[in-house]
Amino acid sequence: MAINQNKQRYLSRLEGKTYFLLGDEACAYGSIYAGCDFFAGYPITPASEVAELMAEELPKAGGICIQMEDELASMAAIIGASWTGARTMTATSGPGFSLMQENIGYAVMTETPCVIVDVQRSGPSTGQATKPAQGDVMQARWGTHGDHNIIALSPNSAQECFDLMAECFDLADIYRTPVILLMDGEVGHIRESVAMPAVSSLKHAARKPAQPGEDVFGGSELVPGITHYGAGQNVHVTGSTHKANGMRDVTTPEVHDRLIRRIYRKIDENREKIVRVEPNRDPSGGARVGVISFGATSRPALGAVKQARADGKQVDFMRLITIWPFARKQVTEFAENLDIILVPEMNLGQIAREIERFVRCEVKSLSKIGGVPHTVFEITHAIMEVC
Amino acid sequence: MATPRHRLMDYVREEIMPHRFCVGCGCGTVLNVFVNAVDELKLKPTNMVCVSGIGCSAWIPSPYFKADTLHTTHGRPIAFATGVKVMRPDLKVVVIAGDGDIAGIGGNHLIHAARRNIDLTVFLVNNMIYGMTGGQAAPTTPTGVRTTTTPHRNIEPPFHIADLVKAAGAGFVARWTTFHVFQLMRAMQQAMDRKGFSFIEIVSQCPDNYGRRIGVKSAVDMLKQFKANSVRISKAADMSEEELEGKFVVGTLCDRDRPEYTDELHKLTAEQVALIKKETTA
Repeated sequence: MAINQNKQRYLSRLEGKTYFLLGDEACAYGSIYAGCDFFAGYPITPASEVAELMAEELPKAGGICIQMEDELASMAAIIGASWTGARTMTATSGPGFSLMQENIGYAVMTETPCVIVDVQRSGPSTGQATKPAQGDVMQARWGTHGDHNIIALSPNSAQECFDLMAECFDLADIYRTPVILLMDGEVGHIRESVAMPAVSSLKHAARKPAQPGEDVFGGSELVPGITHYGAGQNVHVTGSTHKANGMRDVTTPEVHDRLIRRIYRKIDENREKIVRVEPNRDPSGGARVGVISFGATSRPALGAVKQARADGKQVDFMRLITIWPFARKQVTEFAENLDIILVPEMNLGQIAREIERFVRCEVKSLSKIGGVPHTVFEITHAIMEVC
Repeated sequence: MATPRHRLMDYVREEIMPHRFCVGCGCGTVLNVFVNAVDELKLKPTNMVCVSGIGCSAWIPSPYFKADTLHTTHGRPIAFATGVKVMRPDLKVVVIAGDGDIAGIGGNHLIHAARRNIDLTVFLVNNMIYGMTGGQAAPTTPTGVRTTTTPHRNIEPPFHIADLVKAAGAGFVARWTTFHVFQLMRAMQQAMDRKGFSFIEIVSQCPDNYGRRIGVKSAVDMLKQFKANSVRISKAADMSEEELEGKFVVGTLCDRDRPEYTDELHKLTAEQVALIKKETTA
């Protein structure tokens, strides 16, 4: 996908520079670098800074940024805009993410590429509005009703908030699916150096265009080609069960079965292409204890692992960058020679439970809620107890 | 002898005809009038996007009207349409939806779109009931009416939607009924031919799930009732609230020019782009 002139001109002012940015701001800059054409959002702590920076910067790059009346409308607007061929995104936090769920399901069902940033805060409900959490892991997976698959990535630094945006947009376009950047309040509000890459280094994936007259909701491919509004194709987009040509058929069992299984399979069967993890094995190769973590929690977790190693303990570590689809193969392999895996996370064990499904060894959740992230000491202590 | 092809058949998805509206439903009339209005305005369907939500009237454009369509979640078509419009201001974006859809569950989007005066054409088909789900009370159901969810009687007052949209700031607002097909067609043309948020409340009949509950047994009787109870706006101005009880005030409620949202948005973006251009070429 080529970057248009306005974006190029805007980015030429940034490239090669290093800024001291909030994770939220890095995410916004990253999305402009990633070719975002349209942003619709609604204020919410701790994600408002994404919308604020988009409002400030996106018009300078020739993009359109609007504030909607609520999160349902924001999600609706980015889907509508996506059907004009635009790269679109929104950003929110827990309560807003809850409100977006129905329309996220619509994006899944209509195979509409779009990106949703969820800067997780402590819940349920209003919870601790200003405090970080990682409690939306399962909501990202199953928040909308019905069988479906989803892609969710989790950054652990401001730089990665920036970098992962390009990946989110690419995955959305390649697999024609909503993609969630599952940040947390800690990463969203951390302030760190962020390097702006060279514009010439940018390579964005493009949507596969449908041939004129070709069905855009089925056919032989797992991911059908897509068209856009105004192309003269009379495309019929509906959240109801539909045939390959987009026309509604809500009574034939085979039509629903074929559609939903294909939408499910397109992510399931490309799991290995999508999944990214960051393993950090103990240099001895003989660890019996492992730690798996993600997002902000992975930072004290890795710190604790290094501390334990410095104290002569053998500990394996792995960070999940892709949360969904789950890194089944990587987690299973990681666990092969381990007796126990410790899983620090800012929720009551949502990822730990998922890990349990794929390993034979013991899985111990180091859950922590209340809005204060784990300390290195807490995790080191837990490692020492089992080493 | 082959059946002669209808002159407006090119505008509909012929392969799925006949339509599935109930016998006597007003949705068929609205589709007919809409297609005639498009034809007379010489609008190209390839330059149109029709957006609808959930409910019987959402089916008027989707699947029947042959253009790009977006059949959305319940209550949200205007929000989806906003995303389409701001990215493609050159396309004519039309929302056709029911009272439950955009005055009930999606009422918030309706008033905010009107406030922004975004260039969308919205036809709200008001049958005063949730028809598709079997006749439950809507925010537009008159007080006292028995429905499946107000089995004793409806204690709530109905929304005057067109007045609400006018108050919220829409450029063009009209109200007609499915009896007034020619006036409705002219209003639809006016609505689609102008910039800004254009809104028509179309009072329509649902003989199956509303008419029979209020003791009006046929579609024809409902249309006769629309005719008998309609009052032109000019006349209504001199009538008291009591006199207007149960009447449909028809005509154009407002037709005014206000700054249009998409224009303003693109103007703002162009200003920012120009500043960057100046900065980078300096």
